[in-house]
Amino acid sequence: MPNAMFQNIPFHPDQASSIARSVDQLHFVITGITLFFTFLIFSTICYFMIKYRRRSRDERPANIEGSLPLEIAWTLIPTMICAGLFIWASSQYFANAKAPDGAIEVFVTGRQWMWKVQHPEGQSEINELHVPLGRPVKLTITSEDVIHDFFIPAFRVKKDAVPGRYTSLWFTATETGRFHLFCAQYCGAFHAGMEGWVIVMEPNEYERWLNSGASGETLEAAGQRLFQERGCANCHVEAGGGRGPSLRGVFGHPVRLANGLTAAVDESYLREAILTPNSHPVAGYPPIMPAFQGQLDEEQILDLIAYIRSLRNEGEAQP
Amino acid sequence: MSTATTVAPEPRAATPLNYLNVEYGWRSWLFTKDHKRIALLYLISITFYFFIGGAFAVLMRIHLIDPQGALVQPETYNKLFTMHGIIMIFFFLIPSIPSVLGNFLVPLMIGARDLAFPRLNLLSWYIYMLGGAFTMYSVIHGGVDTGWTFYTPYSSTYANSQVIPAALGIFITGFSSILTGLNFIVTIHKMRAPGMTWFRMPLFLWSMYATSIIFVLGTPVLAIALFLLFLERVFQVGIFTPALGGDPLLFQHLFWFYSHPAVYIMILPAMGVISEIVPCFSRKRIFGYKVIGFSSVAIAVLSFLVWGHHMFVTGQSIYTGLVFSALSFMVAIPSAIKVFNWTATLYKGSISYDAPMLYALGFIGLFTMGGLTGLFLASLSTDVQLNGTYFIVAHFHYIMVGGAVMGYLGGMHYWWPKISGRLYPEIWARLAAAIIFVGFNLTFFPQFMLGYLGMPRRYAFYPAEFQFLNVMSSAGASILGVGYLIPLIYFAWSMRYGPIAGPNPWGATGLEWQTPSPPPKDNFEQPPAVADEAYDYAHQEVGLV
Ligand code: HEC
Ligand SMILES: [Cu+2]
Ligand SMILES: [Cu+2]
Repeated sequence: MPNAMFQNIPFHPDQASSIARSVDQLHFVITGITLFFTFLIFSTICYFMIKYRRRSRDERPANIEGSLPLEIAWTLIPTMICAGLFIWASSQYFANAKAPDGAIEVFVTGRQWMWKVQHPEGQSEINELHVPLGRPVKLTITSEDVIHDFFIPAFRVKKDAVPGRYTSLWFTATETGRFHLFCAQYCGAFHAGMEGWVIVMEPNEYERWLNSGASGETLEAAGQRLFQERGCANCHVEAGGGRGPSLRGVFGHPVRLANGLTAAVDESYLREAILTPNSHPVAGYPPIMPAFQGQLDEEQILDLIAYIRSLRNEGEAQP
Repeated sequence: MSTATTVAPEPRAATPLNYLNVEYGWRSWLFTKDHKRIALLYLISITFYFFIGGAFAVLMRIHLIDPQGALVQPETYNKLFTMHGIIMIFFFLIPSIPSVLGNFLVPLMIGARDLAFPRLNLLSWYIYMLGGAFTMYSVIHGGVDTGWTFYTPYSSTYANSQVIPAALGIFITGFSSILTGLNFIVTIHKMRAPGMTWFRMPLFLWSMYATSIIFVLGTPVLAIALFLLFLERVFQVGIFTPALGGDPLLFQHLFWFYSHPAVYIMILPAMGVISEIVPCFSRKRIFGYKVIGFSSVAIAVLSFLVWGHHMFVTGQSIYTGLVFSALSFMVAIPSAIKVFNWTATLYKGSISYDAPMLYALGFIGLFTMGGLTGLFLASLSTDVQLNGTYFIVAHFHYIMVGGAVMGYLGGMHYWWPKISGRLYPEIWARLAAAIIFVGFNLTFFPQFMLGYLGMPRRYAFYPAEFQFLNVMSSAGASILGVGYLIPLIYFAWSMRYGPIAGPNPWGATGLEWQTPSPPPKDNFEQPPAVADEAYDYAHQEVGLV
């Protein structure tokens, strides 16, 4: 056992996503800055300690007031370094914030103490996430109870799973294999056990995996079924003319609200529109839609959203 | 009683009356209004909490030697790190320098007889003890497992542990900080000796002043956050839990609005201590007095504007992230300026390696590393990888242990002769400083690497590939633990057996060194007056030592 401890000691996390390399470059530059200044301060202190060590009890060195040029120099240099890091890091963060169009969508729900992953095609898995190599994957993340955090170190991505709302992250895997998946926000007794694996596969293998097994109905189909069962269809008549607005083509377009503002219709908007419709009713309709807060679980909400997203206008591309 | 007290001091007639021997008996301590005695009450209490919190840390490090967890169940481990955090932060670090050294020194340094509100000062200690009692109650009755951060909705709805007494303990203790801050602010404004202008004040007072501002402005927000948590947990008022209509992230905003400035409550006083020690043991005026003073104030102000850097991965808007990132870089700059000024103070000085100086130089080095590793976390894209991992743990321990605790120990060694009237064994003190420095780095440096590799914090067990670094860290912790025990022993020893220190063993400037050690009950035999700047070492009489 003691020998196992010394085997396979990693000193560097895998670089397995499209952003890992560039984030690491910044990481190494900051490491360089840290080492440089640490060395500078340590060695200056040691040098002064030796050079100016007290040689007699009566020594009284002359006072030095300070030096304005020096103060300016050592204010400006760190400021410039900080400004440079700020710009570099922020531009990376901005570039990585929005998922590219056409990303594969996967839904992740955290709960004490496991990760539930749902693919639109109907496959669902626990504490595992299968993704294809080289294609962008966008995760829409939420939690059923407390705050968790979805963290894939090898991909340099991390996002909180916050109950009551959606967060998202995306990545493109650049290496096949198995990579750790952790919960990085303390969530109770078995926080440490809320881990799993991301499995990156060749695209054709991934297709085979998606279609294999007794996968249930797709999210979209499940959503359509719910839409009928829960009576949504009574009010939301697709052709229009119902008591509520038609939901065809709403996703991805701005909508006018009763309070005069416009809102972008995305997953978070739909979620609120279903759970607490009166929080921002749509203009031109009476606020009669019942609140579904507490009536639908996270999975059912995702199903409904997947269905509403699929109601595209004629000729419109997949959003 | 009164006749007894006049007779009792007879055999000690040789030692002049000072604040320690002027009265005896527990009442003279528990009802004292003397700031120096209250400082000692705090000293005893926080030392107690330091070793309790330290014991929890030792248990954690033993547990983590084995990837499966060597010692306890995960639930228990979660309680260990929670109690460690709560006790160390709220009951040791926050009161450490302000309530012990600040209490003792603020009046002495400005030439006053006491703080502005001596009764309030005593009340602060009682409030602190009451808060401590609630927290200890929660420890004894099963502990808390929410992390010291109390994130909702876990703490408000899901946790099954003693959340309420622990939160109440912190809530109550907060008032002790507020009163201490108020007391210092008024004292520094109103009670300076004739001639003690703002720019003649020792920098320790500037840092105490800046810290007091944070105490007074920040602590109420923490109290509000904890009160709302209490409302939701006990009365199911929907504030943070989405199922009740609340917003879980609201708590984080409120919590960090206080708790980021709290980092500076812990580090600013230590910076003040360093600004006293470095000139004394270099026998030189401090380099850039005004710059250091104003940078303390700048840090205090900016510290209120950076709380969002704890929330970069919560899904907050990227523009919010941008603003908080920029502000977080800005708060780094005054700290960097201080480090350069301290280092420059050594230039052409007359440097001696006495124990306080070793701690101070250790502080500068470790604080530099702690500060620089903050750059990784202020940078948005690298923070994504490191947030919530051991990198954070390492970073803030470099600041709070490498920085604040080193500063506190440096200050204790520097002023101990003043406080106790006795010298400690210098050899042991230097040895302890070296052991602590080595043990500290061995404990926390591997944690930077663990974090970068992706090991999340607060894990009761972990994948086997992280074992090597965890074992290194645990080994370091055992060295560090020994390092902290040594000063406890020789300080206690010196109280009885240490050589008599005399009023000014270091040949330091500053009013506190112009009165006997230990100081008389009213601090000064004659009210002092000040004619010179602080740290005027060049014009100090030779041979004073
Ligand atoms: C009693 C009739 C009624 C029922 C049943 C109903 N809704 Fe609605 N819904 C409305 C009305 C009226 C509005 C517009 C006013 C508002 O936003 O509150 C609306 C708005 C919406 C919107 C926002 C549309 C937009 O253009 O922004 C969504 C999404 C929605 N409903 C989904 C659903 C779903 C899903 C269900 C079933 C689980 C459902 N509704 C059940 C009446 C209904
Ligand atoms: Cu977790
Ligand atoms: Cu902070």
